[in-house]
Amino acid sequence: MRMLRLVGFRSATFLWTRLRWVISVFLLVFVSSSHAEYGVNMTPGVTDISQSVYSLHMIIFWICVVIGIVVFSVMFWSMFKYRKSQGAVPAKFHESTTVEVIWTLIPIIILVAMAVPATSTLKEMYDVTESDIDIKITGYQWKWQYEYINDDVSFFSNLSTPQDQINNEATKGEHYLLEVDEPLVIPINKKIRFLVTANDVIHSWWVPAFAVKKDAIPGFINEAWTKVNEPGIYRGQCAELCGKDHGFMPIVVKAVEEPEYQAWLAAKQEKAKAEALLSSQVWSMEDLMTKGEAVYNTNCAACHQQNGEGIPPAFPGLKGSAIAVGPVEAHIDIVVNGKPGSAMQAFAAQLSDVDLAAVITYERNAWGNNTGESVSPQDIANAKGN
Amino acid sequence: MSSPSQSKNKRTVWVALTVVVGMFGFGFALVPLYNVFCELTGINGKTGPKYVLQSGELEADLTRVIKVQFVTQNNDSMPWHFKPEIRQVEVHPGEVMQVDFIARNPTSKDMVAQAVPSLSPNEGTDYFHKVECFCFTQQALKAGEETRMPLRFVVDKDLPEYLTKLTLSYTLFDQPINESTAISGDAG
Amino acid sequence: MSAVVENELKEDNHHGPAAGIGRWLFTTNHKDIGSMYLWFSFAMFLVGGCMALTIRAELFQPGLQMMEPGFFNQMTTMHGLIMVFGAVMPAFVGLANWLIPMMIGAPDMALPRMNNWSFWILPFAFTMLLSTLFMEGGAPNFGWTFYAPLSTTYAPPSVTFFIFGVHMMGVSSIMGAINVIATILNMRAPGMSYMKMPLFVWTWLITAFLLIAVMPVLAGVVTMMLMDIHFGTSFFNAAGGGDPVLFQHVFWFFGHPEVYIMILPAFGVVSQIIPTFSRKKLFGYHSMVWATSSIALLSFLVWAHHMFTVGIPLMGELFFMYATMLIAVPTGVKVFNWVATMFKGSITFETPMLFSIAFVILFSIGGFSGLMLAIAPSDFQYHDTYFVVAHFHYVLVPGAIFGIFAAVYYWLPKWCGNMYSETLGKAHFWLSFVGMNLAFFPMHFLGLAGMPRRIPDYALQFADFNWISSIGAFMFGFTQLLFLYIVIHTIRSGKKATAAVWESAEGLEWTIPSPAPYHTFTTPPEVK
Repeated sequence: MRMLRLVGFRSATFLWTRLRWVISVFLLVFVSSSHAEYGVNMTPGVTDISQSVYSLHMIIFWICVVIGIVVFSVMFWSMFKYRKSQGAVPAKFHESTTVEVIWTLIPIIILVAMAVPATSTLKEMYDVTESDIDIKITGYQWKWQYEYINDDVSFFSNLSTPQDQINNEATKGEHYLLEVDEPLVIPINKKIRFLVTANDVIHSWWVPAFAVKKDAIPGFINEAWTKVNEPGIYRGQCAELCGKDHGFMPIVVKAVEEPEYQAWLAAKQEKAKAEALLSSQVWSMEDLMTKGEAVYNTNCAACHQQNGEGIPPAFPGLKGSAIAVGPVEAHIDIVVNGKPGSAMQAFAAQLSDVDLAAVITYERNAWGNNTGESVSPQDIANAKGN
Repeated sequence: MSSPSQSKNKRTVWVALTVVVGMFGFGFALVPLYNVFCELTGINGKTGPKYVLQSGELEADLTRVIKVQFVTQNNDSMPWHFKPEIRQVEVHPGEVMQVDFIARNPTSKDMVAQAVPSLSPNEGTDYFHKVECFCFTQQALKAGEETRMPLRFVVDKDLPEYLTKLTLSYTLFDQPINESTAISGDAG
Repeated sequence: MSAVVENELKEDNHHGPAAGIGRWLFTTNHKDIGSMYLWFSFAMFLVGGCMALTIRAELFQPGLQMMEPGFFNQMTTMHGLIMVFGAVMPAFVGLANWLIPMMIGAPDMALPRMNNWSFWILPFAFTMLLSTLFMEGGAPNFGWTFYAPLSTTYAPPSVTFFIFGVHMMGVSSIMGAINVIATILNMRAPGMSYMKMPLFVWTWLITAFLLIAVMPVLAGVVTMMLMDIHFGTSFFNAAGGGDPVLFQHVFWFFGHPEVYIMILPAFGVVSQIIPTFSRKKLFGYHSMVWATSSIALLSFLVWAHHMFTVGIPLMGELFFMYATMLIAVPTGVKVFNWVATMFKGSITFETPMLFSIAFVILFSIGGFSGLMLAIAPSDFQYHDTYFVVAHFHYVLVPGAIFGIFAAVYYWLPKWCGNMYSETLGKAHFWLSFVGMNLAFFPMHFLGLAGMPRRIPDYALQFADFNWISSIGAFMFGFTQLLFLYIVIHTIRSGKKATAAVWESAEGLEWTIPSPAPYHTFTTPPEVK
């Protein structure tokens, strides 16, 4: 007790000056740089939940800062004041139950004070009231599938950053590694419920601006929800190590006004019908090759590489390979149905018949695999047994 | 060294080894413990085994309507077509409902699949009873074969008030074919 | 104390160390084995450090510069495994070997032959683990937490060697822990009651209990993986009725106590050093023992705070959040006690003291970020980001590693009889201190700004802090070569140290001559 009083009396003003000084430095760092291009702090986000998470984070942060300043001030002051070189003579005390009880109780009170807002924010996150839109999110190695359960719309979302930017052969774009070919589109001010699962290993779907992060677990379904307040494009990434390209499966969500969302949905449904029509059309070799190259670079190049040489042994090359220049049926089978027990997925559900025909044609004729054979969407449909 | 200390050491080692063996066993015991815990609390959304209806249970609670939503997906390298016949049904708690799922093996191989159910939100898991489900057994389909697979379920009348919608997910896994699951053509 | 004289007299009667390589292969001497543990862990520290620098080199700027993403994952996995199981844990076992018998007045460890075994398993375990780097399909690439099914169904073939490696490390740790327990329970000198034991002995006793409680669980979880991979069981495979989340529960049931296994002995070290250089008794000895025990007990009840995002129901999240927050109380008590020990002391700043002070400050920072991570709703934003990486490096580098450095500087004169160079020691401290903070402090910002962990390439807004972090990492890494030089230089040609070494160090180890004779306390000292 005596000790505490000493600290309190002799250094109160000194401590307070110090405290104000340090706080203002911290404020300067945080406030000034929150406008800078690189972030140093959590985003407040664009949902009510993300904003309460942000304030909770800041409250706990400042409590920690204050405790830290108090404790370290006492420590530094002791180090300064009681230096042996200044002739300090050690005191004899080494125990005080009163003091121990005090510094056990005070932290408990602070913790209870922290637990109150934390509990209420957590309860908000676990709200299960009726949602307006249900979207199923499936994690794949290494892409996301979005399925609008009640609207018959389903698509895959792949990284769209070109390989040459990743390999430092081209200037990196503004949204390097945080851009996809098809973003998830959702309306603002609607409660969106996400049903999250995975196809292979565990992934985690994370969009910081919504404060939504939910693990995608194969065989199990998890749910999360959001209600976005402002239109905009929000970016996130997979947050659970899921293999080689864990760092290359970003999430992009476009939040739009309700009418725009309805228009997008209608266009999407229209496009699906058009795809079906395209399948019945006859395709020229050139068209298949052009389309095939694009499909290949988005879906296949990460493993089999843009030059078709692969990364053996896990990811075999296609250039001159037995599959790519062998019987066409086997080639179609492995692309459509995948190869169990390997990283080769079944692409039947991921790509349209036209895309599959194009990419197989491309693989059979690129990099000197000059088989001269082309595969038609009908071949794919037959192989799928549609 | 004196022998009393030796024998004391021996005792300590034996006690410690018992702890070690016990904790190794405990690691494995966590598996059934976890399953029991999940069954009691429903935390992992794994719905229970076949449910036997009690006679008094079958009076539906007409004051409440629960939406039950079905989603399906295939696990890695599973090429089957697998869809619920209907995407969502509305039931009264206590009412038995049947929904069919359609599966087709589009490949040129005979295959065996296992459907794994999962329910969300998992607070509802304990109140979703499957009277009959294709997920209780493995499903075998010959090349090109299609089948309808029934699910009969009842939502418990004790379902917490705040739950109005349950989502049941089935993930279809490719299973290696072995003798016990050989194709017999009686899938479903 | 009379023990000193007695020992000096007795030394001639005892045979000294055997000559040649046989001394090291067959030794049952706790000092030899302690030294081997320490050298081995330092070698592993350098190996794991090289992997860390490989990681930081790749992350120096955006884009893929040096390696395939698959190899990057192997590096992060191996770095974690080697640092945890190869560097930190063996270093503490080495310190235990050297110090516990000397601190409690015992002639050796209780089970000297088993002691030899538990060390000699380690080189084989790590050779096996490191050999996976040269196997087809590469080394383990699923992170040191090896979550199923990435580590089972989707693992490279080398996973089997990884599993056996973990089994061997586990056996070694368990044997080491049993030895520590037997030594402390049965070999204390007359009068050395439990509440007179130095705090380092206390923290190690508690650590040893944690080890025998959780290492078998780790062995269990890798055995389940082995069975899933090779014997067709489905512990973690949903298709066969298993659950991948079960893996995480079992793993973290081991994993959370494991993090205390890596920090409690460092608490003990610091609790020895701060009183010495404050020239004042440790404040609140009883509450330190109480706090350490409660941290250890609580560590069994908080594992699911690593899993807030896997979809645990609200009640579960709340329970694990509250339990985790509670750990801040005993941890706070320890920090307050250290500060109170320094308060009104008579302080000097030799190298061990500098490392200990840095320990208290930086470990507290790691503790604060730990408290933030305990808050479940905010954890949804922190989980699996660089904020977590920053957090655990703040508790492990200035926590565990600085604790080990402090211990080495503090007891090295006792071990080898020579004083280290204070100038070089201080240089090592300041370079490590600056390098470490440069490397890990910016990671807080990266994580908050949204950078996930375990990625080989990142978006452009993360470039600046990654650049700084890499510089700091290289600075910290190369500084450790200076440490190697200091230790070798001290052993070969330092100024002779006195028996007491430090002006006001307390404890039995300071009553024997420096260097400590090959056999000490063959006749137990009387402790009053």
